[in-house]
Amino acid sequence: MGAVLRNPKVWIVLLCLLPLVRLIVLGVGGGLGANPIEFITHSTGTWTLVGLLVILSVTPLRQLTGRADLVRYRRMLGLFTFFYACLHFVTYLWLDQFFDPAAIARDIVKRPFITVGFTAFVLLIPLAATSTHAMMRRLGRRWQLLHRLIYLIAVLGIIHYLWLVKKDLTDPLVYGGVLVLLLGLRLPLGVALLRAIRGRWVPAGS
Amino acid sequence: MLIRRSKDIPPSEITPPEIYRDRRRFMQGLSALAAGTLLGASPEAGAGARLVGIRGSAYRLADEKTPYRDITTYNNFYEFGTGKSDPASNAGSLKTRPWTVTIEGAVKHPKIWDIEALLKLAPLEERVYRMRCVEGWSMVIPWVGFSLSELIRRAEPTGNAKYVEFVTLNDPGQMPGQRSRVLNWPYVEGLRLDEAMHPLTLLAVGLYGEVLPNQNGAPIRLVVPWKYGFKSAKSIVSIRFVEKQPRTAWMMAAPEEYGFYSNVNPQVEHPRWSQAKERRIGEFRKRDTLMFNGYGEQVASLYRGMDLKKFF
Ligand code: HEM
Repeated sequence: MGAVLRNPKVWIVLLCLLPLVRLIVLGVGGGLGANPIEFITHSTGTWTLVGLLVILSVTPLRQLTGRADLVRYRRMLGLFTFFYACLHFVTYLWLDQFFDPAAIARDIVKRPFITVGFTAFVLLIPLAATSTHAMMRRLGRRWQLLHRLIYLIAVLGIIHYLWLVKKDLTDPLVYGGVLVLLLGLRLPLGVALLRAIRGRWVPAGS
Repeated sequence: MLIRRSKDIPPSEITPPEIYRDRRRFMQGLSALAAGTLLGASPEAGAGARLVGIRGSAYRLADEKTPYRDITTYNNFYEFGTGKSDPASNAGSLKTRPWTVTIEGAVKHPKIWDIEALLKLAPLEERVYRMRCVEGWSMVIPWVGFSLSELIRRAEPTGNAKYVEFVTLNDPGQMPGQRSRVLNWPYVEGLRLDEAMHPLTLLAVGLYGEVLPNQNGAPIRLVVPWKYGFKSAKSIVSIRFVEKQPRTAWMMAAPEEYGFYSNVNPQVEHPRWSQAKERRIGEFRKRDTLMFNGYGEQVASLYRGMDLKKFF
């Protein structure tokens, strides 16, 4: 038991399940408000986006802390993000469109924010499908190239959000700002900055 | 439209609140009925205080009414924040007394109405209206109020009055959402004079037989049931009669998305989403949106010969 509790993966799994648990608890207790379906759509969409940003913060965090082992948790974070994206998409297919194929097809083609969200979701599928170690080994360098799609997916996620809000762009711009920061930290200047910070904080040799 | 009558109370009597699901409300309603002979008595100002002397009206629906809780906790009222629950959380800072409504512009009798006097301008009636939000959800709401035409007739618009402009309070101290510039404050809405004179167009002061809660637009608001919800200006401080079509808050914010007319129309899409269906709050499946929100019989003639795709 003690060993289980000391495994960070266990804690990450529990943490990643919290948004789902919250939805279930609120749902059972009638706490989803006047428009529960909208609540679920927004909640699962928000957590998908948060997941993408968390994944993208692993590399900068590694540079900041020098802890190479952080990468080990990235696969699980990615799969949970995909899980919330699936919940988000299924909510849309079922509770928003009631599996009406014509209406869904029309929506995907005609509504730019749906087109963009759908593209992001479709692009997530090959990443989830190739997330195993076996696939990593099999694809070699091409795996890295493929998984760079995550940058595009995150950008599409932000555009999806910007295009769906009625007027108040504050929230999508905040998420967008975080994304710009995380992408910027991958540029040579950003990497140098992170190294410099690390050099100041962490005494040499540790 | 269904006209329902209760068996034990003569139809000439005050609105029977028998349909209220909440039992406590029902009991309160009975005591109000007992006191109901005090027609025209000044109601208490506070939200939730029972309005006395409410008459029934022909404006009733077979649709089930949206619960009070949903109507008062799920609101778009950007003056108190852009989240749906923000108005219920933040509208406590709005002071609805003292309050005046200024009638100005092209009228023979401009006047600054004190809210207490305005409440007695015409008998209050209960009207159950559908409310369709431009975002694709809807409610069924028992408002209390009187036709805007009652007020307009007394003001006597002159020949120059072609449009009516409604202005919401602009006071960031009371309306914290106005500290952010999401919209051009004050919130301005407008109607053509004939739309404003239409008997369906309501000045509402109450909800479910009680004084209007702040988050729903207290102390007095417009309700135009065949138009998207944002046309129904809340917490009104001024009604102006003008010659030119007013520039409304949403037209200034996004002219290609929100037109002056904004009639509920399932055939005219919002540029970013469809308006063909709506989610009635409390229902699982979506329902078809009705032309003019189901009020076509009464209002379609106002738009005869107009291209509603152009004048959206
Ligand atoms: C990686 C993929 C996606 C991400 C990151 C994402 C993210 C989001 C976010 C952040 C929101 C807004 C939440 C809020 O307002 O609080 C949202 C709303 C929404 N998303 Fe997505 N989404 C994705 C894919 C999709 C897909 C595939 C669809 C459907 C085909 C979809 C349909 C919607 C709808 C219908 C809404 C609500 C729109 C509204 O309230 O008007 N999304 N999404």
